[in-house]
Amino acid sequence: MSTDILRRAPRSSALAALLSLALTLAAAGPAPAAAASLTGAGATFPYPLYSKWFDEYAKANPGTNINYQSIGSGGGIRQITERTVDFGASDPPMTEEQIGKAPGVLHIPTVIGAVVVVYNLAGVPAGLKLDGETVAAIFLGQITSWNDPKVAALNPGVSLPAQAITVVHRSDGSGTTNIFTDYLSHVSTAWAKAVGKSTSVNWPVGLGAKGNEGVAGQVRTLPGTIGYVELAYAMTNKMTYASVRNRAGEFVEPSVAATTTAAAGAVSKMPADLRVSIVNPPGKHAYPICGFTYLLVYREQGNRTKGEVLAKFLWWAIHDGQRMAEPLYYAPLPPPVVSLVEAKVKSLESGGSVLLK
Amino acid sequence: MTSPHLQAPRPARPGKRAARPPKGPAGPAEAHAGEPGGTAVVQAGPGAADPQSHPRRSLGDTLFKVAAGGFAAVVLLIAVGMAWVMTQAARPSIRAFGLGFLVSSAWDPVRNAYGALPYIFGTVTSSLLALAIAVPLALGIASFLSELARGPLARVLGFLVELLAAIPSVVYGLWGVFLMAPWLRNGPQAWLSRHLGFLPFFRGTPFGVGMMGAALILAVMILPTISAVCLEVFRAVPRAQREAALALGATRWESTRMAVFSYARSGIVGAVILGLGRALGETMAVTMLIGNRPQISASLFAPAHTMASVLANEFAEASGDLYLSALIEIGLVLFGITILLNILARWLVWRTVGRFGSTPAA
Repeated sequence: MSTDILRRAPRSSALAALLSLALTLAAAGPAPAAAASLTGAGATFPYPLYSKWFDEYAKANPGTNINYQSIGSGGGIRQITERTVDFGASDPPMTEEQIGKAPGVLHIPTVIGAVVVVYNLAGVPAGLKLDGETVAAIFLGQITSWNDPKVAALNPGVSLPAQAITVVHRSDGSGTTNIFTDYLSHVSTAWAKAVGKSTSVNWPVGLGAKGNEGVAGQVRTLPGTIGYVELAYAMTNKMTYASVRNRAGEFVEPSVAATTTAAAGAVSKMPADLRVSIVNPPGKHAYPICGFTYLLVYREQGNRTKGEVLAKFLWWAIHDGQRMAEPLYYAPLPPPVVSLVEAKVKSLESGGSVLLK
Repeated sequence: MTSPHLQAPRPARPGKRAARPPKGPAGPAEAHAGEPGGTAVVQAGPGAADPQSHPRRSLGDTLFKVAAGGFAAVVLLIAVGMAWVMTQAARPSIRAFGLGFLVSSAWDPVRNAYGALPYIFGTVTSSLLALAIAVPLALGIASFLSELARGPLARVLGFLVELLAAIPSVVYGLWGVFLMAPWLRNGPQAWLSRHLGFLPFFRGTPFGVGMMGAALILAVMILPTISAVCLEVFRAVPRAQREAALALGATRWESTRMAVFSYARSGIVGAVILGLGRALGETMAVTMLIGNRPQISASLFAPAHTMASVLANEFAEASGDLYLSALIEIGLVLFGITILLNILARWLVWRTVGRFGSTPAA
């Protein structure tokens, strides 16, 4: 009995102390610090650019702090749906079903990413020419040898070895895969029927490797391989990549400029909510395998202070922020798209009045 | 879990055990097979002689019992809680696919069709292959270090083995992708393909990455774990055991086999279970080396996939509800298979120890 009391007494006093401490903290630390602090989560693909943006924006606007967790597009959509973050980020736009669960969510395109077809073929150092149908047939397992007549027809004068093609694809779900399979679904009905498009699909053939670095590693070490990585990864690691024939019939090398051109070509068919696939667009110099990456925000912001910070940041991102894209191999938004996005950012409001004046 | 047979080898101290205060037998029954069960006895000794200290000690015992029991309960709570949460989250998938989930080979996020069979196959096959490679090697390493090596050599090697167990798996994975896989492709796999290509196990194009690569990297990774535990177990075998065997005219090998291996059998199985656990749950290195293709192929060259690696690969970007719950159900299946294999392994020990009776300690 006595021991019981002895044991209980210190515990309850400690509890009381803890409680009072918690109360003090809660009372002492209200708005000022939290006001300028935003949290976001989502896509890994634009993360290098986003982290630079948040860094630069915080420098230009002291007191503002943006935290971003690159947990993947799926996670970003989940978190913005549950409103655990101030903004989400996703490579593929949300589906109708997902939007139904997050009514009032807006899609803000930030930059354009391109996907590059890379390969490892002895005797063909660079500049292999491919078209959409051929790439689809290779990834479907219908073309199995490098000297297949279809590949040879696109590459007159290049001596292609009679070597088996090994397909390497991403094993993890990714925005890169989403853009790539979106493209293949557009250019090949066989692909659209058999596989379809998603961040992760049921691949008919090939080896799976995790991340751009995994695919690049396999393509580098295995002779006869073909794979796909994002533009930034292919360029910074100087990989051997193919030129792809666009809708206008031109073979285009992947580049930031050709990617922005592609987005400009897609403006005419941009829907009001900006959720759009821009693969295989018209335009002589457009690189066909590309797609927007989005920030996801609610039009109606619950917290006015936070909402203002968010709106200002978004405005900055689609203007000043665009200049930081190219050095990191992300394609900036073409001017016609910027003006569409401006309207979206201006529509953000809190308590019935707009946030951006 | 602990069978009477496992208890038997330990020197029994019936008198002192009886002198222990409340619920005496409960203590030793909790103890692990390999551990010396001396602690309880030391506590009980002076207590029986000095009635004055009785209340204090019983308070201490109660505290100890409650605290230790609490910690044990936490483990149980975590396991049950995990199973509960996963079952809840996996419900849409369980409802949609039923038991068919376990035998279906479909995995198509576009069409929302999911089945776990290729992943189950990949996990179980790669882990068992890894054990088949690693266990004999680990037994050899541990016997060498405990029975044959002497002095600084034994100490340095023993330290190195333990050090290997602490290397993060991504390092093994990188080493596997950049060194082992190309070597495997150009060396052993090319040879096997040329000379034994008629066997179903060595059909197809060798890529380096694939089932064989994954099993090998797993074997390398679990080798230090199994060797280190076996080594400790072998060292715990009383000297008298070996000396008795040697005195009967046994060779070094015979004394190791009869005196050490059979005495340490349950400890060896414990080591194997630890290794198996690591192999079943290993994610990073396997993902880097298995080729990540959900298929069931007899060929060791062919790429495969495991439950842990599909989770690591697809969880972050999975956005559909059914897709997500199918992935969680994979986690649940992995949980179940781990438990099943553990029970199976323990049952095997029980049986073998039972068959051999208490010979080792007799």
